[in-house]
Amino acid sequence: MSLSLLEGNEAIARGAVAAGCRFFAGYPITPATTIYNSMLNLLPPLGGIVLQGEDEIASIGFCLGASMAGFKVMTATSGPGISLFSEHISFAIGSEIPIVIVDVQRLGPSTGSATRGADGDINFIRWGNSGGLPVIALAPVDVKDCFTLTMHAFNLAEKLRCPVFIASNKEIGMIRESIDLDALEKPEIIDRSPAPAGKPHLPFQVTEGQSVPDFLPIGANVPVRQTSSTHSQNGYITTDHEEIAIILDRLKTKLESAIDQFSFYDLIKTEKAETLIITYGVTARAAKAAYKELKEQTHPVSVLILKTLWPVPETIIRQTAQSCKQVVVVEMNLGQYVKEIQRILPNMHIDFLGQMNGQLITPRQIMEKIANG
Amino acid sequence: MASLLNDQRPPVFCPGCSHERITHILDKVFQNMGLNGNQIVIVSDIGCSGLFDTFFHTHALHGLHGRALTYAAGLKMARPDLNVVVTMGDGGQGIGGAHLLAACRRNLDLTLLILNNFNFGMTGGQFSATTPQEAQIGSGFLNQLERPLDICQIARMAGAPYATRCSAFRKDLVKEIQRAIEFEGFSVIDIWGVCPGRFTKKNRLTPQLIDAALAKLSPQEGIVSENVRKEYGRHYRELAAGQKIAPTPLKIEAKFNPPQPNRQEVMLLGSAGQRIITAGEIVCLAGLSAGLHATQKNEYNITVLRGPSISELILSPEKIDFTGIKQPSVIVALAQEGVDRRRELFVNLDDDTIVLQINGVNIPPTKAFIHRVNLQTQGIRKSDWALASVAILAKLKRVISLEMLQSALEIKFKEKTLVDSLILVSEVKIN
Ligand code: SF4
Repeated sequence: MSLSLLEGNEAIARGAVAAGCRFFAGYPITPATTIYNSMLNLLPPLGGIVLQGEDEIASIGFCLGASMAGFKVMTATSGPGISLFSEHISFAIGSEIPIVIVDVQRLGPSTGSATRGADGDINFIRWGNSGGLPVIALAPVDVKDCFTLTMHAFNLAEKLRCPVFIASNKEIGMIRESIDLDALEKPEIIDRSPAPAGKPHLPFQVTEGQSVPDFLPIGANVPVRQTSSTHSQNGYITTDHEEIAIILDRLKTKLESAIDQFSFYDLIKTEKAETLIITYGVTARAAKAAYKELKEQTHPVSVLILKTLWPVPETIIRQTAQSCKQVVVVEMNLGQYVKEIQRILPNMHIDFLGQMNGQLITPRQIMEKIANG
Repeated sequence: MASLLNDQRPPVFCPGCSHERITHILDKVFQNMGLNGNQIVIVSDIGCSGLFDTFFHTHALHGLHGRALTYAAGLKMARPDLNVVVTMGDGGQGIGGAHLLAACRRNLDLTLLILNNFNFGMTGGQFSATTPQEAQIGSGFLNQLERPLDICQIARMAGAPYATRCSAFRKDLVKEIQRAIEFEGFSVIDIWGVCPGRFTKKNRLTPQLIDAALAKLSPQEGIVSENVRKEYGRHYRELAAGQKIAPTPLKIEAKFNPPQPNRQEVMLLGSAGQRIITAGEIVCLAGLSAGLHATQKNEYNITVLRGPSISELILSPEKIDFTGIKQPSVIVALAQEGVDRRRELFVNLDDDTIVLQINGVNIPPTKAFIHRVNLQTQGIRKSDWALASVAILAKLKRVISLEMLQSALEIKFKEKTLVDSLILVSEVKIN
C-alpha cells in the first residue's frame, strides 16, 4: 500500500475533474480558495475553462451559462459567498440547470472567522432559495469523501438536473491527510440525458415515467430556450396555474422520491447499543473516536454518519434509530439538522450537542453528552 | 435570409415603445448577417428589455436582474462559435454595474444592447442609473439627488474596445448593430429611446430631443482604438494551450519503521514566516514513508507574514479519526505568538510530552520534559528554524527518524533547496 498526502479541497477538485467537470468559476475566499487554485492547475491543460468572476454572483452566473451550453460545471465558496449565490441557486433549481456548488463552511454569521471551521450553513443550503424547493447536499467526512462524494455530486446534478451542494468545512477542506489513491471509490460517470434527435424539442417536457426533462444544450441545431421565469414545458413564461403546479411539484418530487437511491451514510453498529449518535461532516470523526473509546467501556454506542443531508434520508434514520433508546445529535452549529431528526423521530428521546466557537467538538464532549444526556 | 421573429409571439410593448423598433431592427441585422436561429443566443435581462428573447426563434437565456452578462460570458467561453447578443435596460446597468465593468475589462466577444429609456418601465417608472436629475419619475424626488451615468464614458474608461451612444431612431441602426456584433470583442451600444408607457407620460422626450441631448455630449461611435486588444476567449485558449498537465499526487511507499509504534501528536507553535506549514508537511510525508497515516491541521491569521502560525500534526498506524490534538507527544515552541495562542495546552502536560524550547521563547509552567535548543548560536536562519526543529526531533528519534526525514525532503524539495535542507539537517545540533 502506498499513501499520498492530499488536502480536502484538492481532493474535491480532483473528484470534479474525474467526474467530467470542465468548467469552474470562482471568487477567492478562505477557506475555499484552494479549490479554485487546484482547478486552475488541473483544468486549462485539459482544455477546460477556469474563470475568476468579479464577485460570487458572476462566478455562479458564468457556471449557469456554461452548464446550459452542456458543460459539467462547479463553483466553490464559503458563507459570505453562498449568501451571494442565493438568487442563482433559485435559478438552477427552478430552471433545472445542473451545477455542483461547494460550500467550505467557516464560522459565521456574516464574514465571521475566515479560518475557523463550522457547519453553520446546513439550513442555509437547504432553505436559502426563493420558493423553498428541495436541493441535494452531500457532506464529506474526510479527504477520501471529498473525492468520491464530489463525483457523486456531479452524477446527481446531471441525472436530476439540479444544484448539488458539497457541504464541506474548513476543518476538512484545509486539512492535509493521507489517502490511498488506489483504493478510492470512483462511481461510474453519469451524463445528463440527451433529447432524442428528430423530435421537436420542448426544454421542460417530460414523458410518461420521466421525472427529469431531456437536455439539449444552447448551441444545439435547434434553438433552445432557458428562462428563470415560471415557465411551461416549452420554456416560455406561463400563467397556466395547472401546468405551473405540475412542473413545480415535479421539481420537488424528482428529488424527494429518489432519495433512497442516493442516501449515502456510514453506520457503525454495535449490537444492543442503546445510544445512537447521529452526526455528519468533520464531527463524525470525533464521534468515531468516541465510539472506539466507549467500545472498551460499559456504554457501547452506534454511530450513524449522514453523508447525504438533503433531502433528509428519512428511511435510514428511522430504521437505525428503531432499536435505540437515546439519540444524540452532534453538529458544529447551535442546532440545525437536529430539528430534522426531531421531526422524523417524534417519539424518541433526542439529546443535542452543538458548538459554535471555531473549535472542533471533541470525543470527550460527546462522551459526556451521552453520559449526562 | 428569413426573419427570425417568432410569429406566434409578436412584441407586446406599449404603443410607441422604442423596444418594438429595436426588435424589428435586430431581426433585420440577423437577416443581413445571414444567421440562422441556432447560431445566435439572445441573453435577456429583466424588465421590458427582458422580453426580447421571446420574440425570436433563436437560442435564449433569460435570467436574473443585472446578471445577463454573467450567463453570456459562460456561454461564450463554452461555445465561442455562437453570436451572443445581450439585451439589458438602463436598470440593469445599476444592479449589474460590476458585471458591466468586468465585461469591458475582460473583452469577451459579446454584444451588449442597452435599451436605455431612462427609467424602470415595468415597475412603474422609478429612477435608474441614467435618469436625468430634472426628470419627473416614479421615485418622488430621489432622482434629483443622484447623478445619471454616461454608460459609454464608463465603458470606455473600463476598457471596452467598442462603444456607441446613439438614438433608437437613428436611420442606420441596423448597420451599427451589425458592426457591433461583427466586431471581435466586447461591444456596447447605449441606445436612447422613449418609454411612452411611463417616462414620457410626465417628461417630454421625442426623437428630436434625443438627438439634441446626444449632440451635447462628445460623440462615441464604434471602435475605441486605445482599448482594442486580443479578444478574451481567443487569448484564454492561447494561454491555456501552453499550460502543463498538473502532476498527480505522489504515492509514497512505506519503507521505514517509525521510532514509536503508536499515535504521535505534534504541535509546531511558531509565527508567520518561519515556514511552519512546510515543516508540518515534511513531518507528514516522513510519516507516510513509514506507512503511517497522517493529518496536518494548520492555524494562522489571515494576515500574511504576521502573527502566529501553528501546525497540528498526527501520525498514526491506524486511520485518524479526530484531527484535534489530545495529548501531544511533542510541542515545538518556535515563536512567542504561537505559544501564547495555545497557552492552555501546557497546563495539563505530563513528562511523556517533550517540549522543544527554542531560544528566546518563553513557555508557561509545565510538567512536560523540556529540551532547550539555541538555533541562533548555531547560525541558522529564522526561516529554517521549523525545519531545524524537525531535524532535531529526528535526531532524538521522536516521532520520525532521520531516514524518514531525508526521504520526505527528497519528496518535497528539488535541486538546491534539497541540498541545502539536507545540509541543514545533518549539521543541526540537538543542543
Ligand atoms: S413600460 Fe415603457 S419600456 Fe415598457 S413596454 Fe411600455 S413603453 Fe416600453
